[in-house]
Amino acid sequence: MMLMKRRDFLKAGAAASVVASLYGCSAGTKAGGHVVVVGGGYGGATVAKYLRMWSEGGVQVTLIERNPVFISCPMSNLVIGGTKTMDDITVSYDNLKNKWGVRVIQGMVTGVDAAKKTISLNDGGSMSYDRLVLSPGVDFMFDQIPGLDNVDAQSKILHAWKAGPQTIALRKQLESMQDGGVYAISIPKAPYRCPPGPYERACLVANYFKQSKPKSKVIILDANEDVMSKKALFTKAWSDLYKGIIEYRNNSEVKDVEVATNTAVLEFDKFKADVLNIIPPHRAGDIAAKSGIKLINNRWVDINWLSMESTNTPGIHVLGDAVFPAPTMPKSGHMANQHGKLAAAAILNLLAGQEPNPEPVVMNTCYSFVDAKNVIHVSSVHQYDAATKLVQPVKGAGGVSAARNELEGKVAIGWAKNIWADMLA
Amino acid sequence: MKLITPIMALCLLVSASISHAADPNLARNLAATCANCHGTNGNALKGSGMDALAGMEKEKILQKLADFKSGDKPASIMHQISKGYTDAQLDLIAGYFAARK
Repeated sequence: MMLMKRRDFLKAGAAASVVASLYGCSAGTKAGGHVVVVGGGYGGATVAKYLRMWSEGGVQVTLIERNPVFISCPMSNLVIGGTKTMDDITVSYDNLKNKWGVRVIQGMVTGVDAAKKTISLNDGGSMSYDRLVLSPGVDFMFDQIPGLDNVDAQSKILHAWKAGPQTIALRKQLESMQDGGVYAISIPKAPYRCPPGPYERACLVANYFKQSKPKSKVIILDANEDVMSKKALFTKAWSDLYKGIIEYRNNSEVKDVEVATNTAVLEFDKFKADVLNIIPPHRAGDIAAKSGIKLINNRWVDINWLSMESTNTPGIHVLGDAVFPAPTMPKSGHMANQHGKLAAAAILNLLAGQEPNPEPVVMNTCYSFVDAKNVIHVSSVHQYDAATKLVQPVKGAGGVSAARNELEGKVAIGWAKNIWADMLA
Repeated sequence: MKLITPIMALCLLVSASISHAADPNLARNLAATCANCHGTNGNALKGSGMDALAGMEKEKILQKLADFKSGDKPASIMHQISKGYTDAQLDLIAGYFAARK
C-alpha cells in the first residue's frame, strides 16, 4: 500500500488543521480533506483505516481516543470468567499510525463547533475538520440508579460494560468471593449495548463457579420481560449446564442500590448479593449530546442510513452503539465495524463531490460463549430500503445456531482475530 | 396509442428504478461487509479457520455461495448470511475478491 501523502501529513504535525483546510479546498473527483474521528473502538478504528486505505492516502485522518490501547468488549466476558487474560483482548494502535498513516492522538474531545467545523480537546487545543466522525460508544445514565450516582459507589458496584479496568476489577471480586456466595447481574431495558452479552456473562461466571465454587449462585435481574437474544439456546444452556446455579428473573428492573450492603432495589423487592454487577441504562456517549446533534428520546443519535450523517447537522457522521438503531439492528462491535465502512465509503464520495452509495448493506454476526468452549451465534443482514429510508433486515436471512457447539467456539476466536485485524492491522 | 403510452412510461420508470446509477465502488463496498470475518480485502489471517477469499476464482466463490444458499453445503452460519444478499450482489462480491491478491 503506497501512502504517497503520508510523509507530508506527518510533517504537518501540530499544523494538521492548516493542512486539512488546504486539502479541503482541492475540489475534484478524487477525495481529499481532513477527517477527524472521535473514538477508536470497533466503529472509529474501522472508519479511520478504511478512509486511508480506500483514498490511497489522499484523505488525512486524525483519530482521537482516550485510551492508549484498544481493549475489546467482545471476548471480555471470557476474562471475567477466567479463561482469557486482558492481553488476549488488547490490541495496539501502532499499525493504524505506522502502516496506515492515521494520526492517533491520545486525548478527549471536550466540544464540537459544527458551524466552524472545529473540535476542542481536553489539553486546550483545537482542530478543524472537513468531516467529523463520532464513534463515542455509550455513557451510563447513573441518575437512573441514584445510589450509583457517585464515584465511590461506582468503584464498588461495577458494570464492566466497557472493557478495561472494570473487567479486571469484576474478575477480582469474583475471585475474592467465598464459595456459597451470590453473584447478581442486572440488565437494563432494551436497547442496550450487546443484547446477548449479559446472558453470556451469566454463563461464564456460572462456568467458573461450577468448577471452583460449586455452592455459589448466579442471579440474572432482567428489566426486560424476557431473554432478549438467543433465548432458546441460552435457556437450554442454563438448564443443561448450570441447573441450580443460574436463576433468571424477568421484569426485575433495578431502580436503586444500597451500596453499604451491596443490595439492588427493585420496584417491590430488594436483592442482596455478594458480588453485585449493575449494568445501568445507557445512551450515546456524552460528546454526542454536547455536539448539539439530534438525539431520539434524548439518548440515541438520529442518522441518515445512506451516510451515517446526523439528520440535522451536516458534516458530522455517527457510528456504532451511539446511533438510534434501525429495525432489529443490535448494538454490537461487529455492526459498528460495518457502520465504519458504510461511513468511510459515503465520506469519500461526499469529499469528492459525489452522492453516497444509494444501496448500502450491513450485516451482523455475534458469537456468545456458554462455557469455555461451546458457542452460539445470531446473524442478520440489513439492506437499505428507499421507501423507509432505513436499513431493513432481510427476511429469510440470518438466524441462530442449531445448537451450542465447539466448532463455533473455534470460529468465534477466528472472528475476533480477523475483525481486530480488519480494524487495526 | 392511448394504451401504449402509459405502459411505455411505466416500463421506462421501472427500468430507470432498476438501473439507477450504481456507485462505482459498489463491489468494493459490498465485499467490505465480508471482511470482519474473511479479512480486509479477503485476506483472512492464516490459521484463523476462515476462508481467505482474496484471489480465489470467481466461479468457485459463486458456487460456494450458491451451495450455501440452497443448503447443499452444510454451514454453521454462511447459509444464513448468503441469503441476505441478492445474486447480483454476490456476483459483484465474488468478482471483487477474485481480483484481489
